[in-house]
Amino acid sequence: MGRFIARRILWMLVVLFAISVVTFALMRLVPGGPFNTERGIPEAVKRNLERRYNMDAPIVVQYLDYMGGLVIPRVTDPEWKQSQQEHYLINIETPFFGAGTALRWMNFGPSLNSPNRTVTSIIEDSLPISFELGAAALIIALMIGIPVGTIAALRQNTIVDYMSMAIAVTGVSIPSIVSAPLLKYIFAVQLKVLPPNGWGGIEYVILPAFALGFIQSALIARLTRASLLQVLREDYIRTARAKGLSERVVISIHALKNSLIPVVTVIGPLAAALLTGTFVVETIFGIPGLGRSFVASIGNRDYPLIMGTVLLFASFVVIGNLLVDIAYAALDPRIRYD
Amino acid sequence: MATQTQSSEANVIRLGERVQGESLLRSSMRRLLNNRMAVFGLIVIIGFILIALFADFIAPYDYAKQTLSAANSAPTWVTRVFPSMIPVGEERGFVKVNEDYAFGADHLGRDILSRLIYGSRVSLLVAIVGPIVALSVGLTLGLIAGYVGGRVDNFIMRVTDIMYAFPTLLFIILLMAFFRPSTGQLEPGTLAYSLNRFDASTGGMFFIFVGIGITSWTQMARLTRGQVLSVREQEYVVAARALGVKDRAIMLRHVLPNILGPIIVAETLTIPAYVSTEAFLSFIGLGVNPPMPSWGSMISEGASVISTYPNQAIFPAMFLFFFIFAFNFLGDGLRDALDPRMRGAEK
Repeated sequence: MGRFIARRILWMLVVLFAISVVTFALMRLVPGGPFNTERGIPEAVKRNLERRYNMDAPIVVQYLDYMGGLVIPRVTDPEWKQSQQEHYLINIETPFFGAGTALRWMNFGPSLNSPNRTVTSIIEDSLPISFELGAAALIIALMIGIPVGTIAALRQNTIVDYMSMAIAVTGVSIPSIVSAPLLKYIFAVQLKVLPPNGWGGIEYVILPAFALGFIQSALIARLTRASLLQVLREDYIRTARAKGLSERVVISIHALKNSLIPVVTVIGPLAAALLTGTFVVETIFGIPGLGRSFVASIGNRDYPLIMGTVLLFASFVVIGNLLVDIAYAALDPRIRYD
Repeated sequence: MATQTQSSEANVIRLGERVQGESLLRSSMRRLLNNRMAVFGLIVIIGFILIALFADFIAPYDYAKQTLSAANSAPTWVTRVFPSMIPVGEERGFVKVNEDYAFGADHLGRDILSRLIYGSRVSLLVAIVGPIVALSVGLTLGLIAGYVGGRVDNFIMRVTDIMYAFPTLLFIILLMAFFRPSTGQLEPGTLAYSLNRFDASTGGMFFIFVGIGITSWTQMARLTRGQVLSVREQEYVVAARALGVKDRAIMLRHVLPNILGPIIVAETLTIPAYVSTEAFLSFIGLGVNPPMPSWGSMISEGASVISTYPNQAIFPAMFLFFFIFAFNFLGDGLRDALDPRMRGAEK
């Protein structure tokens, strides 16, 4: 198991490295940079700007500089001050190295589009919001999907089963780009029970989280049902019943636990899908999250912000997949670790 | 069959496949047509195809025609459906009533119904071309990886591993940004310039297909490779190889027809994903070029005024929903029909 995890982590680093190279190359090969405005700026000004942001160096040097700042942690002395160029996401005070020293990690660089902000500060502001939204959506997807799928499977071929599956089939056809405007219109504009825009208390989370999580809950319901039906036909379930266990014990201990294994595997792709959804949902509900910053940064060619958000999103997805793989291997003893 | 076996080896294989293929096809068709949900999906899709084909005749207006005096107007029935749209004349009324536009007009006075009708072309093209692109790239690489094996296989599979881990949507957004530099920054004569001109002539569809092709072949390649590996050691392939049939012929004539069923089913099930990807790209402004209407861009424009003119976002959202819904139904039905063992299983 240890070797399996180590190998997976190593592979994850390879993937993240590949993603960083591809992203950096794609960004820089695009004609037109962050300083190309409609009116145009004088050549000398542009050259100065490029010098300031180290964009006149060879592209490989720029890549190494950027990745170095991001990946290599450093210990700073008390005189160190946060600046445009140096603003770390993770700061841990380290009194044992001397008073005022700190271990700092993940410098995302300056934002080219908003000259007085760093990418790190943008991430600090918007990441928790997107994270909260995504987590709420994930909880909604699981809290609706698993019980509905379980009930449908246990009452197979009854009206309950047909109804829930009809709703689920409809549900998988409602991506957040459809559900977000519908939910916003019904609950915020027409019924006026929830706020239409913004971010703040719990009432702001409900609509966007449902818009994000709804299609996922339908997928999970279908998956849970199919998987539970399959498990219920297994020999060990018959054995459990034959030895006189109560139906409740058979279902909850023997059947449900095993039927949830496939559900665990989709949580990885699901997290990626939630991420996709955040771009749309954050725009429609006016939520100042990272998805919106990312979409804006693409239009503005704000290289460090694109790079930072892509790497951050990609890390979440890759780490999510890793955790799922480990959980899968741990849950299902039939899976070999090599 | 038994008497034909003696005629010639090549003949038998071809004949055998044909007879078996036909009966399989016929029984799957019967199963498909018995499935009410699938038939419903099929009818809706045929309806959309007709709408897209005859858009020029059905649409009451040109999709780009602006009538500023009619901007943000809506007919009476729309104001009844959406009670928040209070027509001018009533207390606090603000919506101009104009019966000329069946679904109302957008902020530039363009007919929403006509734009929805023309928008079906974009979604339909993506639903047809998207799978074809993914299928041809994925199938070719999967066949090669599975059949050739060894280093080639290893290389292709490592690439798919990395692509699989790369969040598809981030990648496609980056690709789109890469493909579509702001105009005027490309020099005429270069390849990038000609590609961009070509893309513009397709209304921005070309790069969407390229983006889908680049990001979505991996799943197909993996599936194909797995299928090839399981078929490769079957007796008929071994027999063909023993008879000295060329590799290419074995792949195309013996392996491919036998693995096509599950692959086509898997591809049908991904159509809704392609359609939502296009809608999503158009939503964030990286999809089709305006004024070409896409349901995604219409939702994006409508969503910003949803509290005043909900019809501008809700109608395209409903169209998109019905479209995806129909393909989901048909895909489920096809899967059940072509592979009864998979009934009730999930993607």
